[in-house]
Amino acid sequence: MNENFFYHALQVDPKICFGCTLCMRNCPTEAIRIRNGKATIYENKCVDCGECYKVCPSGAIYVAQDDFQSIYNFKYRVVLMPSVFLGQFPEDIKASQVYSVIMDLGFTHVMEVEASALIHSKLSNKYIRENEDKKPLISTFCPAIVRLIQVKFPALVDNLIPIKAPVDFTAIYIRDKLLEEGIEPEDIGIFYITPCAAKIAATKSPVGEDKSTVDGVLNMDTMYNMVLKEIKVRGKNYQKKISANDVSSDCIIFSLTNGEKRLNNNKKSFAIDEIHNVIEFLEKVEDDEIEDLDFLELRACDESCAGGILTCGNRFLINDRMFQRAKKLAERERNGETLRKKEISKKEDLLIDNANVSKIMPRSMLKLDPDINVAFQKLSKIRELAVKLPQTDCNVCGAPSCKALAEDIVCENAKMTDCVFMQRNLEMRDSLSSNESVEIMKKIWGEEKLKDYILNK
Amino acid sequence: MMHTEFTVVEGDFSNAGKASSEIKKMLKQLDINPQKIKKMVVAVYEAEVNAIAHAYGGTIDVDIDQSKICVVIKDVGPGIPDIEKAMQKGFSTASAKVREMGFGAGMGLPNIKNNVDELDIKTEIGVGTEVRMVVNF
Ligand SMILES: Nc1ncnc2c1ncn2[C@@H]1O[C@H](COP(=O)(O)OP(=O)(O)OP(=O)(O)O)[C@@H](O)[C@H]1O
Ligand code: SF4
Ligand SMILES: [Mg+2]
Repeated sequence: MNENFFYHALQVDPKICFGCTLCMRNCPTEAIRIRNGKATIYENKCVDCGECYKVCPSGAIYVAQDDFQSIYNFKYRVVLMPSVFLGQFPEDIKASQVYSVIMDLGFTHVMEVEASALIHSKLSNKYIRENEDKKPLISTFCPAIVRLIQVKFPALVDNLIPIKAPVDFTAIYIRDKLLEEGIEPEDIGIFYITPCAAKIAATKSPVGEDKSTVDGVLNMDTMYNMVLKEIKVRGKNYQKKISANDVSSDCIIFSLTNGEKRLNNNKKSFAIDEIHNVIEFLEKVEDDEIEDLDFLELRACDESCAGGILTCGNRFLINDRMFQRAKKLAERERNGETLRKKEISKKEDLLIDNANVSKIMPRSMLKLDPDINVAFQKLSKIRELAVKLPQTDCNVCGAPSCKALAEDIVCENAKMTDCVFMQRNLEMRDSLSSNESVEIMKKIWGEEKLKDYILNK
Repeated sequence: MMHTEFTVVEGDFSNAGKASSEIKKMLKQLDINPQKIKKMVVAVYEAEVNAIAHAYGGTIDVDIDQSKICVVIKDVGPGIPDIEKAMQKGFSTASAKVREMGFGAGMGLPNIKNNVDELDIKTEIGVGTEVRMVVNF
């Protein structure tokens, strides 16, 4: 896999974006600039966390997805549904109802992603035990966090646990099961319902893997609407096709905050959600400020996957429903009405054999140049420029801060004259005409915002 | 050579770490080995806290070139009567108030010594202390 190629599912629709700068100001990795009046994303800085999507007031940022019809490229169509998908539905809609209805939409098989969660945590616990020297070990469950560490905390890449995610495990399991049934490999299509852009990016260009374990990704909001509509149309008259029996009670909440930590018997571990919280904590981890740390569960979204940008409904309600479901299931397990051990455990060896990802590489976005002499010159230049800029962080140059503009200038992605204060200064000295200033502003803000009739509007 | 300065304010523990995180960012931009970055950040942080806790604040001077980083923390304060003793693990004169904030284990100076390639402490009773630290890249 080419380290420079990174698929991003988050995209800006230039027809809708009107350059309000909210996304740029909220991006935790300063990956957004305004060019030609529209938000544009620096691909090598974006970690797919979805903060921009959350704050965009006009819906200009969207998550590209595979066409639903592409499921019909396969004779056997498997849908992998994360537990959080079920958490979106009101209490009176049963898990088995959702399982059955989703199959009716065109799938031949359905499986809940978290079916493999216990095997996953068993393996990650083993890895943690065997890698004392790499502590604290950091979960790779949330792909936005993996990318965040690659670009912003390159010193911590060796702390990442190089194990695939539950969705990969479950996909490997079901594919193998269907192959065993004599189904041709090319006839199997596995589709994953994603709660976020990060998981899409991770399946399209997986970090530390050669090939994705799934054949396509479907957005959770789209799928939720399709299923809910179907349920409404049918009322209570659905035909139960399959019982919702993939997961045990302790797996359901795996993707929620503390979900991994709970299954992890380490002495000192933390579960931290929301990307700014994670960044704050990682700064400390990087400086060894926290002693004897064993394990970190880090998630980009507030309330973890219940707060994924593609989930429908309030994250706290989703969280609560998932806990209720887990509680009920635990009771049934205690009463012996259902087994805790599931089918998937029969293929544990297969999953263990295929669990590892190769070394995760750093991709520092801060690094100014691989050559220290050049980097040094650039850094000196940035610091020189930074004091000349007005420190107003006004965003008019199309960058999130004066500091970011200074970096852009030195990296040749912007010019000193992009700063309005510089423009006025140069105009006073007659080294820039007002026409030239307008042309500069047009490049950043587009023709539309600088048309001369605007004052007469 | 690149020069930067910071000021340290007496008793302001909440802002301790500002200088070290700024230094960290610069070193990351230079793509310096993460282990070296960590060493300098830890040392600067400890020295900064000392200037806040045991003295009345001061200044931090940072000089970076292609081969090393040199940080000098100069405070206005009581000075250190016995540097050798102060360098011992566990020696501390930290006040109850400072201890309450989680400092005062007497590990700061030994920790600095462990992390930097050069350490030079100049001190004058009743005037202040100057801690000079170098990490080679
Ligand atoms: N800048 C300073 N001015 C005056 N005295 C100092 C200064 N730095 C250190 N000292 C003296 O040296 C002692 C040891 O310092 P050291 O940093 O090793 O430990 P500490 O600050 O007491 O505790 P810790 O650093 O573990 O929180 C201090 O208790 C103090 O008496
Ligand atoms: S917390 Fe979950 S939903 Fe949010 S980015 Fe990470 S994996 Fe995706
Ligand atoms: Mg100290």
